[in-house]
This record gives sequence, structure tokens and C-alpha cells, in this order.
Amino acid sequence: MPETILVLAEQQQSKLNRVSLETVAAAQAIAKETGWQVEIAVLGHDIAAIEEELAAKKAAKVYAIESPQLAAYTSDAYVHVLKEFLAGRQPKLVLMPHTYQVRDFAPRLALALGKTVIPDAVGYKYENGKLLFTRQMFQGKFAADVSFSDAGPLWMATFQNAAFRGDAAEVGTAPVETLQVTVPDGVIRVQPHEIFREARQAVDLSQSEAIVAVGRGIKEQKNLAMAEELAKLLGGDIAASRPICDAGWLPLDRQVGSSGQTIAPKLYIALGISGAIQHIVGMKGSRTIIAINKDAEAPIFEIADIGVVANLFDIVPPLMEEMKKVKAGAY
Amino acid sequence: MKILVCIKQVPQKDAPLKLNEAGTWIREDVPYEVNEPDAYALEEALQQKEKHGGEVVVITVGPPRSQQVLREALAKGADRAIHLADDSFVTLDAVSTARAIAVAIEGQSFDMIFTGLQSDDYGFAQTGVLLAELLGWPHATIIIGIEKTESGLRLKRELEAGQYQWMDMPLPCVLTIQSGINKLRYATLMGIKQARNKPLQQLTRTHLEGKLGTNLQTIERLYVPTKQKTTEMLQGSPTEIAKKLVDILRNELRVI
Ligand SMILES: Cc1cc2nc3c(=O)[nH]c(=O)nc-3n(C[C@H](O)[C@H](O)[C@H](O)COP(=O)(O)OP(=O)(O)OC[C@H]3O[C@@H](n4cnc5c(N)ncnc54)[C@H](O)[C@@H]3O)c2cc1C
Repeated sequence: MPETILVLAEQQQSKLNRVSLETVAAAQAIAKETGWQVEIAVLGHDIAAIEEELAAKKAAKVYAIESPQLAAYTSDAYVHVLKEFLAGRQPKLVLMPHTYQVRDFAPRLALALGKTVIPDAVGYKYENGKLLFTRQMFQGKFAADVSFSDAGPLWMATFQNAAFRGDAAEVGTAPVETLQVTVPDGVIRVQPHEIFREARQAVDLSQSEAIVAVGRGIKEQKNLAMAEELAKLLGGDIAASRPICDAGWLPLDRQVGSSGQTIAPKLYIALGISGAIQHIVGMKGSRTIIAINKDAEAPIFEIADIGVVANLFDIVPPLMEEMKKVKAGAY
Repeated sequence: MKILVCIKQVPQKDAPLKLNEAGTWIREDVPYEVNEPDAYALEEALQQKEKHGGEVVVITVGPPRSQQVLREALAKGADRAIHLADDSFVTLDAVSTARAIAVAIEGQSFDMIFTGLQSDDYGFAQTGVLLAELLGWPHATIIIGIEKTESGLRLKRELEAGQYQWMDMPLPCVLTIQSGINKLRYATLMGIKQARNKPLQQLTRTHLEGKLGTNLQTIERLYVPTKQKTTEMLQGSPTEIAKKLVDILRNELRVI
């Protein structure tokens, strides 16, 4: 039997989280290089549709781990059930998407098995028989190649959103094995309630063709007026990185990123935004990205089409002057 | 409520970072500050104490320089501090860090332990969750609201893409705190003065002898990431750059 890569697919409210397919694609890619086989597991209750969808991927097996106590996610139940499942199966490698849910249970699960999780990898390398996971450090300023110190099994790693393409996951027909499990009383110590959204968003940034987004480099709330003026000149909207919304300088519905909106305007101008991954996932689909940042090493320049290394307060005023001239037909 | 807050010192956000010669870590001669979500975790603990009484204890695992973040926390209102100090702690993985904290607080019965949800340097996002497992306590992550109830806590969890969830949690528990949960306070002059007389317990590596284990993961190399796109970098005086940008906006992108 070849070694196994087990993918833990994620579902919420009986819907497959699409990012799981990226993890399947990652596992298939690793399997090709290592000669290992891919299996997929999903936990939940009433998840037949998800099982079916996963069974249509190229994999040696799909495990559907079912229990009414898994209907709503709790870390307690997930750790309990998965510990037993993994201890029994001993896959060489367990791969998961780096979602909020996985962040919540995976470290605990690994430790319960005496193992570790390499979190938030953006890729992998297979060098002379050694498997390395590449992950960002220092908020994306550096990358690190990380290995497991032991020989396995039960290596665990999570992949960052969009590190692989979900539509690249190869199709096939995998047999489904359903496992009915029970979670003993007392294991689940928390009581989760409904998932909800705050009051409807006032602005829908996704409709905007041009976005001027400000980050902490804007320094003070009063400087937002300048960015707003620039946005107006472009016929677009102002948006922000998280710290600006955390500070209450702009409402939450202006926040772009993993915990805010995901947008893909024609033009995205980033003023004083460093380019942390949680911001980038929300805007990297923009057609053209212009970044103005005083730090030449800022990760935002890794995805920018046009970059300006400068103090934004030196650039934006003359830029608006020039734009006004052009608009007035001076050229 | 007796609350422990785990905080960490990380390079300042704007600090230019350089690789060391071996390409295994950064050069350490940079300015440092408290990890941002940890500052929110501390603020939350202070606010909970103001509402419900109790004690706020801060702990850090890090080299001698990291004592600074404990001093700042004491100045903001924490009651006492624990410093697990050793230069080698810079390279601890999350499991070892959690173990070190668990050993340091043995015998002290906390109601809650707060950590920031992740650190700006390693970005493991694991220490709090691992600590909960070591202690056998329940936990919850990415918390942006905490209310005390009869039986424990009612928590607001942030989920992805603008979703949230309420959740009931018994005590004791470990929570990892998200930035923005509250408004940070500044230390007052009075606070800074008072901090000098507050207890700061120093523990060294010898306190942990035989209890840490070895790192389960190894950083083989650290490097500047390769670019995903070719970026056109504009050079010149501000006016020249402004003119070039307008030319691009008008003639290439046709947005003005
Ligand atoms: C679970 C989780 C979810 C998150 N969700 C989001 C999210 O949805 N959206 C989001 O944005 N973040 C999110 N974050 C936070 C994210 O990790 C970063 O902390 C954040 O994006 C940083 O914002 P920033 O770039 O504005 O600030 P910083 O990282 O502090 O960067 C400021 C930048 O401004 C530059 N600068 C400073 N002064 C000037 C000047 N005068 N001229 C030009 N440049 C200047 C600096 O060089 C620096 O690069 C999340 C984090 C976590 C852990």
C-alpha cells in the first residue's frame, strides 16, 4: 500500500467550502510527485450532497464521518472524532485549507496526537525525497521552507486560500465509506448559535470600477479626505485595510480582505497598505493594481502592476493636480 | 475574574527587516513592539477586570529585550507580569511556547487566558489553542466580543467574509482575540510610575528543564519571496511620477 495523503474537506451548514477543492488539488499534486495516494474525509450531518461532490474527484476513497453532534461545528467534537479517526488510519500527511474553522481545531487535534501542524502554507517543495512546505513569515515580508522534524506519519499542514486552483482538482470516481460516529456526553463543552451577518451593508464595493484603498500609512483620520477626493476624481469609491476600520475611521463595509469584502475592480489604488495576505485575498483579482508605499520591500509590490516607492503625501496631491488639469482639458 | 494575557514582542510594523547571514532568521537589530492582537487581548482583559473585578497577569516567552512589552502592560494596568526569558526562546515553535507558558502558570488558577489570534512574526495562530489542549480547557478563536453570563461567557466569534456567530462557553477557557475587539488605551504617566512597583517575576530556561521537548517543525531556510507579477516601478520626482500615473490612468487604463 502506498502512503496516504488525507484531505479534510470543510463544510458549513451542509455546504462544501469551495476552498476544500484547492486542498484536493494540492494533495493530488503532491501525490503525483511522491507516489502517495489521496483520500478525502468530511465531517457533518446530512451531507450526502457533499459526499457525492467529493466522490467525483480523483481519490482512492472518500470518508463521510457522520453524526448529529457534528451538525454544528464545535472544536470539541471535531477534535474528539478526528483524533480517533486519524489514530486508527495513520495517514502519512493530513492536508486542510487554512480556514477559520481549521485554525480553530487543527492545532489542538495535532497536539492531541503528539504532532504538529505547519499552518498557512502557500506551496510545497519535494526536494530529494524531502517534503517542505513554504509559508509566509513576518506578514509576507519573507518566505520560509519548513519541514517536519519527525519521519511521520500524521504530518499535518494547512494551505492558504488560493494557494492552489480548485478547478484544477482532477475528476474521477471515488468509493464512499460512511462512518457513523457518536460523541459521548460531556465532550462538547460549548454551545454554538446561528451564524449571522450584521445589518445589511450600506455600500457594495463590488459594483465599483475604481477603488482607492487606504491603509495605516494614511496616518490620521483627517487624511482620509484626500483619499476620498482621489476616489471621486476617478469616479470610484474609498475602501480600507482592516486597521482603518478597527480604528473606526471608516465603517466595516469599506473593509477589503478575508474578513471584509472581496472585490475585483478595474483599478485598485493601494495607499500605504503593506499587503498582508488577509488583505490581498480580497483584492488580488483587480485588473490593475497601483501601489504607493514608502517601503520598497512591502509585500504589496509583489502583486502590484504599477509601483511607486514614495511617501504617499508627496505623490497624491500632485497626482490630483495633474488629473484635474487633464480633466479640464488642459492637455 | 483572574485573567492571564499572553503577549509577544515582534519587530515594529514599519521596521526594515534583513536576513541574517545563514538565511535562517532576521537580523535582530531592529525596533520592536507588542504584537498588535496581543495589545487588544490585554485591553480586553483590563476592561473585563474593570467590569467584574479580579486580577490581570501578563506573560511573555522571549529574549531579555521582550521585558519591554511587560513593562508597558503593567503601565496600562496589568497587576503583575511573568517573563520567561532566554535568547533561545526566539526559535521556539508554537507547541514549545505553549508548554513553557503552561509550566510557568502551574498551580495558579486562572478563569480565562487570552492570547492574540496570531503573531506578526511566525503567524502560527496556534499558541492559545495549544495551551487550551495542554490545560484540558475549552477554547474559542478569533473572538471580537465577550460578555459574562451566569454560567460562563457569551462570545462573539468572527467568521469569514463578514459572518459572525455567538457561542456560549464555560469557564475556565482560553480565547484568542481579534484586533478591533475594543479601543486601545494609552498608558498614563501615573500608570508608568505605578508599574515600577508592580511584581515582575523572572523565570529562566532552567525552570523548564525537561518540560519543553524539541521543536516538531524546522525552518530550513528563510528568504525574500519571489514576485508573482512583473511590476512597473515608476521613478522620478513626485511631479514626474504624478504625470506618469496620469498618463497610465488616461491612456492605458482609460479611467479618466
Ligand atoms: C484572521 C485575520 C483576518 C484579517 N482580515 C483582514 C481583512 O479583511 N482586511 C485587511 O486589510 N486586513 C485583515 N487582517 C489584518 C492583516 O493581517 C494586516 O494586519 C492588515 O491588512 C495591515 O493593514 P495595513 O497594510 O494598512 O497596515 P500595515 O501593515 O501597518 O502597513 C502600513 C503600510 O503603510 C506604509 N506607509 C506608512 N507610511 C507611509 C507613507 N507616508 N507613504 C506611503 N506608505 C506609507 C508602510 O510602509 C506599510 O507598508 C486580518 C488579520 C487576521 C489575522
